[in-house]
Amino acid sequence: MKPRNAKSARVLVVDDDDALAEMLTIVLSGEGFETAVCRHGAQVMTAVTEVKPDLILLDRMLPGVDGIEVCAEIRKVSNVSIIMLTAMANSSDIVDGLNAGADDYITKPFRNSELIARIRARLRSTFATPRRIEFGRIILDGESHSVTNDGKPVALTPLEFDLLKHLIAEPERVFTRDELLREVWGYQHPGDTKLVTVHMTRLRQKIEDDADDPQVIRTVRGIGYQAMSPKSDA
Amino acid sequence: MLPFTRVWRRSLRTRVVAQTVILSSVMIVLIGWVLLHNVADGLAENRRVAAIDEAQTGITRAQQYLDAAVGSRPEQQSRVLTQLIDTLTATSGTSRTFDVLLYGPVPSSGPTSVRSSGALNLQDIPVDLKQQVETESGLWWRFSELGVLASADSEAAVIVGSRLSFGGDHYVLFYVFSLAEQQATLDLVRDSLLVGALFLVLLLAAVSMIVARQAVTPLEEARNVAEQIAAGDLKRRMQVVGEDDIARLSISFNQMAEALQSQIQRLEKLSMLQQRFVSDVSHELRTPLTTVQMAAQILNEARHELDPPAARAAELLTNELERFEALLSDLLDLSRIDAGAEELEVEPLDMSTLLREIVERKEVTVADCDVVLIGTEVPVIVEADTRRLDRIFRNLLLNAVKYSESDRIEIELESTDDIAQTAVRDFGIGLTSGQLERIFDRFWRADPARSAGGTGLGLAIAREDAILHGGSLEVSSTQGEGTEFVLKLPCKQRASQQTTFDQESEA
Repeated sequence: MKPRNAKSARVLVVDDDDALAEMLTIVLSGEGFETAVCRHGAQVMTAVTEVKPDLILLDRMLPGVDGIEVCAEIRKVSNVSIIMLTAMANSSDIVDGLNAGADDYITKPFRNSELIARIRARLRSTFATPRRIEFGRIILDGESHSVTNDGKPVALTPLEFDLLKHLIAEPERVFTRDELLREVWGYQHPGDTKLVTVHMTRLRQKIEDDADDPQVIRTVRGIGYQAMSPKSDA
Repeated sequence: MLPFTRVWRRSLRTRVVAQTVILSSVMIVLIGWVLLHNVADGLAENRRVAAIDEAQTGITRAQQYLDAAVGSRPEQQSRVLTQLIDTLTATSGTSRTFDVLLYGPVPSSGPTSVRSSGALNLQDIPVDLKQQVETESGLWWRFSELGVLASADSEAAVIVGSRLSFGGDHYVLFYVFSLAEQQATLDLVRDSLLVGALFLVLLLAAVSMIVARQAVTPLEEARNVAEQIAAGDLKRRMQVVGEDDIARLSISFNQMAEALQSQIQRLEKLSMLQQRFVSDVSHELRTPLTTVQMAAQILNEARHELDPPAARAAELLTNELERFEALLSDLLDLSRIDAGAEELEVEPLDMSTLLREIVERKEVTVADCDVVLIGTEVPVIVEADTRRLDRIFRNLLLNAVKYSESDRIEIELESTDDIAQTAVRDFGIGLTSGQLERIFDRFWRADPARSAGGTGLGLAIAREDAILHGGSLEVSSTQGEGTEFVLKLPCKQRASQQTTFDQESEA
């Protein structure tokens, strides 16, 4: 598939609230995105296969079906970027959504600019074509969007790919969670750093030999994370 | 002494048993003493009556014997007296219960002869009795003590005496009746009483122990059940056995527990309903608010294409929607705190870094106000919820910037082993004592004319957040000199121990 550019990417809006769905369409179109709207949780899977979106804006509360279940369903068949819209400030709901496979969430109400920035951050990881990075046993190929660990391929979501790339591109640099939110997720204001923690845990499960004793990405207590320089003899 | 006092004060059973034993012992000793006295008196009186009776007979016989011997020759008189003693003692049958002593003549300047049976001698007779008998006619008696031969002991005795006349002279005859037999009886009674009393006291102790146990055991059960209920096990009840007072106590206790349980469950249900309501309101309000806000932003961005009144309207719409959003979010936060549904997400956090970031962000500062940080050179680690701590400091800073009219704000961080203290002080107009009292009230503003922006809830939430962290937020102010807010948070680790960062799994 020849990738579209980020400017004209296709966004699927899944929301049961007509007014909000239409408003989202207006704002996204204004920024040059192609948009499609799905109003029922039950039709999401059909819409995903038909529209082939580059990103899905998924409302947490859908009639009939829980947004979290929908998210998990989509994740089974696609690595497409998913941003959840939620009215909850309750962090356990947020963690549920992230665990179901959402890349990011945005709490209602939000600024148009914040929404656009988050969407662009997600699409950038889909469309950016970085160089090839070799980091110890880990080889990250921007061209084919693939990662191998010790020669074995590792299946990462675009977000995890982006997060890993960000950390190993500057070995030894300590990234605070707020920096990562800003640079990887496109946050314009400080947000809930739990997002970083949850995704970091999942990334480690995929690339570390022992996720409880990480050798590639280290936690700097009270600050953030750093990629440790691979040992020269490795 | 201390452990005994402790047991005495804490154990009802010990107290009941001890008091029963002490009181009953006193009563038994008292009763025993009276009883023993009565028995002793009765025994002595009986013996005295019998003794006087016997002595009377003997003395009458002795006088007759002497009268018959009147006229005998003086050299024979001595023999008559000796024979008299033998006659008196021989007549008393198989076992003699008395001894006799005869002496005379009295009164006399010459030598007196003393004749007696047994080991009696003149010193055994009390002097006053001797004088009485010597000088007056008639029968006289006394209780007295007799020395026992070859021993330091003495035994009680009844001594009866009378004057006899023999040939113009007076002789004195004493009957001495031993009370040893009565004493033996009395000793036996006393020993029996002692043994009986001992058994009685032991029995009473046992009885009081059983009774106390019957009364105290249900009390202990009630205490256990009450403690378990207090610990949260609302379903616990006492066992009801029979229909006595204890059973009625158990029934009342259980009714109380029942009432408590239903009341608590009702409150829990209410609190749950409120939480659900808050969550519903949150969702229902936020979705339309999102749409309206997005629309307002589009209008606002396009306001240069609108005529001036419409452009200003778009601007006002955007600003007031932002305020509406802040108000909604603050209200929901407060109602979650009130419902006790707010959860902290604590993680180790460096307050120095946080404070520097807040100031560097310049979200809440204005051009002509300096914000000075003091004491943020070293890390101060606390266990805290970053979002909330950030919000507390932003609220305090916002408050100072907006209302103090100060051109300088100091934020000073200090820490001890267990407290991290942050002071946010301004040097502006200050507050009156009346204003100080209400500063944390919801929707309260020191100056109603300056209510533009803000929700009026910032300081109230800041204080609730501080309390949620186990800390405190206090304010002090002097009018015309400035205001100081002091946030104290419990601090678990010393900053100096945080110099090396080790690997740790995610919280």
